[in-house]
Amino acid sequence: MRFVFKTSYDRDIDLHKDGWSRARIALLVVIFALLPFAVGDYYLAEAANTLIWALAGMGLMILVGHTGLPSLGHAAFLAIGAYTDAALMNAGLPFLVSFPLAGLAAGVFGAIVAIPAVRMSGIYLAIATLALFVIVEEMVIILEPITGGVGGIFAPSIEIAGIGFDRYANLANFYWLVLAIVVAVTWCYANLLRSPTGRSFLAVRDSEVSARALGINVTATRALSFGLSAGVTGLAGGLMGHFIGFFNYEAFSIFISINLLLVVTIGGLGFIQGAFFGAILITAVPQLLAILRDGLGGWGVDISAIPGLDTAIFSLILIGFIVYEPAGLYGRYLKIKAYFTLFPLARRDMFRRNKTYVKTERMR
Amino acid sequence: MEVLQLLIGGIATGCIYGLVALGFVLIYKATEGVNFAQGDMMMFGAFLALGFVNSGHMGLPFLPGVLLAAIVMGGVGYGIDRVVVRQLFGQPQFSLVILTIALGFVLRFVAGTIWGYTPVVLETPYSGRSLSLGGVIIGYEDIITILVTGVLTLLLWAFFAKTRLGLAAQAASQNQMAAYIVGVPVQRLNSIIWGLSGAVATIAGVLYASKGAIDPNIGLLGIKAFAAAVIGGFGSLPGALLGGILIGVVEPLAARYLPSGISQMSPYVIMLVVLVTRPNGLFSQIQAKKV
Amino acid sequence: MSLLEVEDLAIHFGGVKAVDGVSFTVEEGEVFSIIGPNGAGKSTIFNLISRFYRPTRGRIRFDGQDITGLAAHQIAPLGIARTFQNIELFDHSTVLDNLLMGRHTHRRTNFVQDILFLPKVRREERAHRQRVEEVIEFLELEHYREKMIAGLPYGVRKVVEIGRALSIGPKLILLDEPASGLSVEESEEVAFWIEDMRRDMGLTVLMVEHDMGLVTQVSDRVLAVANGQPLAMGTAAEVQDDPHVKAAYLGTPEEDAA
Repeated sequence: MRFVFKTSYDRDIDLHKDGWSRARIALLVVIFALLPFAVGDYYLAEAANTLIWALAGMGLMILVGHTGLPSLGHAAFLAIGAYTDAALMNAGLPFLVSFPLAGLAAGVFGAIVAIPAVRMSGIYLAIATLALFVIVEEMVIILEPITGGVGGIFAPSIEIAGIGFDRYANLANFYWLVLAIVVAVTWCYANLLRSPTGRSFLAVRDSEVSARALGINVTATRALSFGLSAGVTGLAGGLMGHFIGFFNYEAFSIFISINLLLVVTIGGLGFIQGAFFGAILITAVPQLLAILRDGLGGWGVDISAIPGLDTAIFSLILIGFIVYEPAGLYGRYLKIKAYFTLFPLARRDMFRRNKTYVKTERMR
Repeated sequence: MEVLQLLIGGIATGCIYGLVALGFVLIYKATEGVNFAQGDMMMFGAFLALGFVNSGHMGLPFLPGVLLAAIVMGGVGYGIDRVVVRQLFGQPQFSLVILTIALGFVLRFVAGTIWGYTPVVLETPYSGRSLSLGGVIIGYEDIITILVTGVLTLLLWAFFAKTRLGLAAQAASQNQMAAYIVGVPVQRLNSIIWGLSGAVATIAGVLYASKGAIDPNIGLLGIKAFAAAVIGGFGSLPGALLGGILIGVVEPLAARYLPSGISQMSPYVIMLVVLVTRPNGLFSQIQAKKV
Repeated sequence: MSLLEVEDLAIHFGGVKAVDGVSFTVEEGEVFSIIGPNGAGKSTIFNLISRFYRPTRGRIRFDGQDITGLAAHQIAPLGIARTFQNIELFDHSTVLDNLLMGRHTHRRTNFVQDILFLPKVRREERAHRQRVEEVIEFLELEHYREKMIAGLPYGVRKVVEIGRALSIGPKLILLDEPASGLSVEESEEVAFWIEDMRRDMGLTVLMVEHDMGLVTQVSDRVLAVANGQPLAMGTAAEVQDDPHVKAAYLGTPEEDAA
């Protein structure tokens, strides 16, 4: 066990509690940055995909994990990001302009629709986001001149200062671009959590009445959270568009919304790390299944004949996590870590959940 | 004439939305949880009936087959609550939302694996026949849908107003803790309500299947039914039915008289308008939390 | 001019007159207590001052400003802090973070500056931390600074809630049953803190409390209410001797006979 001796308030304000933890994050970024030299194109593309999912997951995490608001319609913001970015680039704007604008468009849209929506409580907000998603999906089809309608749209290849970042022609460059964006957003997210804005999100999540009594404007705070969440998800959408290359409205279906929820729930609600854990899981499972399929094929068992197996397995994993480990993969990781750092003093009941009657939202 | 025709068809479709919405509301009233798998339970119920009734499968007579499907689906609903949902006791409401979405996917997968993903038709004794009344042609299936919905609603009302079990369920929905203290077996009651909503979903599924082919993805209709439940105010059984009929009627009218695309959006637009103007639904039973 | 003036305050829920025509003023530097049987409308008065409820009738003025029309979140910036009867802390945060959340009304940075963590944000954070540390020292919470609320004993949570209210840096603090559920020693401590808040911090205290020992010990004036209506006002001793108050607590002699 390591002890940290604090000699200044800055030790608590800093992102990392000591040099060791800072070094670990730096090492992780370096490993990710060196990945193109270590793996082939196939796995590099998967790694880029994972990072994009982690980015989208962080977007949803701000809302669900840190502000306590549900959303079943986040694919709508992915779509807005992807279409805005592609449409602006097709109109001749460079990526460096169109990409932030795509995030901004999704964010502003999110914040505006949030203002009436966030007055609703829990389940109603979940439903409203679902409705919002369906409406955005229909709008994509109706706005054919911009979105290509049912037919779809090309995401042009990215070029910055004469260097190509095309997903196929320059995969390594594209990967580095994604990595840089993810690192930047993660840093901003971590900053958010240690600042007054992040604290106001947590306050609204844990006790609305207290938040009000402390002078926090709950509606404005939720709308801000919704906007930031939608903005980050919009950025992920922009990248996702470039990653897929050619897409129509089906690329951002309700299933994508559900997968995003899966990322944050399985990853671990309320932790930035959770978004990454969840993204790794959701991109790894289809790969593992493919490997399993090939393996079983050798034994004469053909599971490729069963359609929808991926989704079913995701669903079962999700059910398992919700029932047995609501804190998610990251929560489990923390428990295992605590077990080893405290060894042999860890007790089984240290992380026992308090089962109580749920606070009712109804009053009669 | 055309309007009348659209209206009757719309009411019949609306009844199906209403029945699925009724399932949502049943569970919500009893447990304060929302079952996002309700649409998929409807789908699964329809397929069970198809499995029992169709000549290519077990080939039972229609009515016993459907009843058997409803009973089996009731058991499935009971089991889902008993085995999975009850474990969530004490977790936030949203966990149940995600859980039931996942359960829906599992049901869809099971149905797809057993009955395939290509659309199939349920063999009913009445589909495809129609009645002509002064120029208005009404399908038998529409008449039966409306009649069955009416009867089912009356039965449910009788259950909640007259039977011991129904009264206990009402008591529990008012205050679970108090009901538990006076000796209502709240947990078992919740399972029974889940079973009941599974059975209602099956009837809705059969009615849906008698209007056309079904495939494992028809469960997505649940989202629309959901809008119906919200429009009706989540706590109200008649509200859910009325909300369903409203959506069922607006959809074909919007498709006929408004630009394309509006029709698909209409249920959700109505719902959003209701949510924004009356954040707790048209027949609100929910008020702010007490400090 | 009084710090807080409540004039003919009333709120009706349907047919129930939870508060009906209550008037009182709280002077600067005073400890003012409201007592009354359960359901008398004491907490409702607090919720009206915090603007959680909209009064049916009446006016509330703070520091000369009419606050009856303000929104709930506009109350804290004026310098009114409160605690809750059934502790409302942020359970999944540490004691330190809970107290820092109390500094919300003093934030001078916007969300863009926060996200980029500009040097100004760090300077502000240091200042907030310094203020919060003063509160921690005052309430002797050093030991719990980095503990999660969810794992803390009831008595400590009660203190943290007072601490969070103090972090606002208020002029007036509303304490909703600060001693309920506490041991005798703990409520003695609360009594000392209330004294210190008034003497050292120059705070004005408005308190709802059942524990007559605590009320007698710290209050300058006491208002007794029952069924939403004022019964008597004066020193603790005067109010306790008032025949109306005795009747409200013990029942009228006629009822006893019956």
